[in-house]
Amino acid sequence: MAITGVLRPGHMQLKVLDLDEAVEFYSNVVGLVQTGRDATRAYFKGWDERDHHSLILRDAGEAGMDFYGFKVADDATLATLEADLKNYGVTTERVPAGDLLETGERVRFQIPSGHLIELSSQKTDVGNGMGYINPPPWNEAAERGIAPIRMDHALLYGPDIEKVQALFVDVLGFYLVEHILLEDGKTDLAIWLSCSTKAHDIALVRNEEPGKLHHTAFLLDSWEKVLRAADLMSMNRVTIDMGPTRHGVTRGTTIYAFDNSGNRFETFCGGYQSYPDWEPLTWTWDEVGPAVFYHDRKLNPAFLGVYT
Amino acid sequence: MAVHTITVEPTGQQFLCPDTKNVLVAMEYLGCDGIQVGCRNGGCGVCRVQVLAGTYTAKKMSKAHVDEADLAAGVVLSCRIFPTSDLTVRVCPKPTVEPALHPTASAGNDG
Repeated sequence: MAITGVLRPGHMQLKVLDLDEAVEFYSNVVGLVQTGRDATRAYFKGWDERDHHSLILRDAGEAGMDFYGFKVADDATLATLEADLKNYGVTTERVPAGDLLETGERVRFQIPSGHLIELSSQKTDVGNGMGYINPPPWNEAAERGIAPIRMDHALLYGPDIEKVQALFVDVLGFYLVEHILLEDGKTDLAIWLSCSTKAHDIALVRNEEPGKLHHTAFLLDSWEKVLRAADLMSMNRVTIDMGPTRHGVTRGTTIYAFDNSGNRFETFCGGYQSYPDWEPLTWTWDEVGPAVFYHDRKLNPAFLGVYT
Repeated sequence: MAVHTITVEPTGQQFLCPDTKNVLVAMEYLGCDGIQVGCRNGGCGVCRVQVLAGTYTAKKMSKAHVDEADLAAGVVLSCRIFPTSDLTVRVCPKPTVEPALHPTASAGNDG
């Protein structure tokens, strides 16, 4: 099946306590490539991403997420999805081209969990620095800091996640990959949704407080590089929340850590390739420990209680 | 490097904190647990305390968890303060909402 419609996560705007300190952290410790700066924001991408940016940092005096955006195939797709959202009863607005550097118009809407989601079709292709003809496999940016390949996915906390799932599946073409059930055996505690063959492009955990961020994930290409990331975290006094370990859900290998504003981020590797016709995997409430942290087989208190 | 004694109420737990470390991380280094640990970077609000006695310097902390009135009353995030004298602090986390495995009336359409 060709990937059409919504292609992938496109951008995340994070709120930070101090922009200069956050820029230093994401440049030198995480090892993202800085691609721009405007009056209040700094723009970054993973070394192998081609679009101008995927992570935007905004000086906000607090932590958390402003919005999470997806790249769609083209302008016609953007218009179609905008109309589909309106027909579904979702209020949308157009954010002008250029509001984010090197980015076209964005369609913004609030989902039932309280988060702002965006769709956009135009972002300048700045490339990965290796060109499009006879390219080398990697360059020096691939080894500076943790050096993730790309921003990969996000886990959001909020209410009414069954309504979010319906919107993403019925309107935006996502499909359910895995879910964790509550004690009643029918209501979901958490859902993992994909618009691609990734095990997840967005995940949600049910929580009363709307609009919160659990983590933003960055992709690494080997378990060895996850361990290297753990070394770099300790060398730089980065506070690790959990790991290195493996998730039961998605099978991904992982570290949860916090940036210097307290936003949790994940260095993630693996996860299996999924397809839209596959039956979703189900985890029951009594196995939520290994579902989240496969080796420890239990949740840590911070997984539930610490978010921004 | 000066070293100060931190006393945590209501447990009365005491530990030493060098002025180069924030109060929360100093507590963790010594295996103490009187204050709940969250993001350790001023963002999540879990380690909020009120300083009852003593002096300190502070780095930026989330205004969502510590506002101007809080700061004036000595309410801070313990991961963002560095002692300049012995300190007595009282744990005062903001009420937080956590995901629950037990379904409630608000969970799901028919939960």
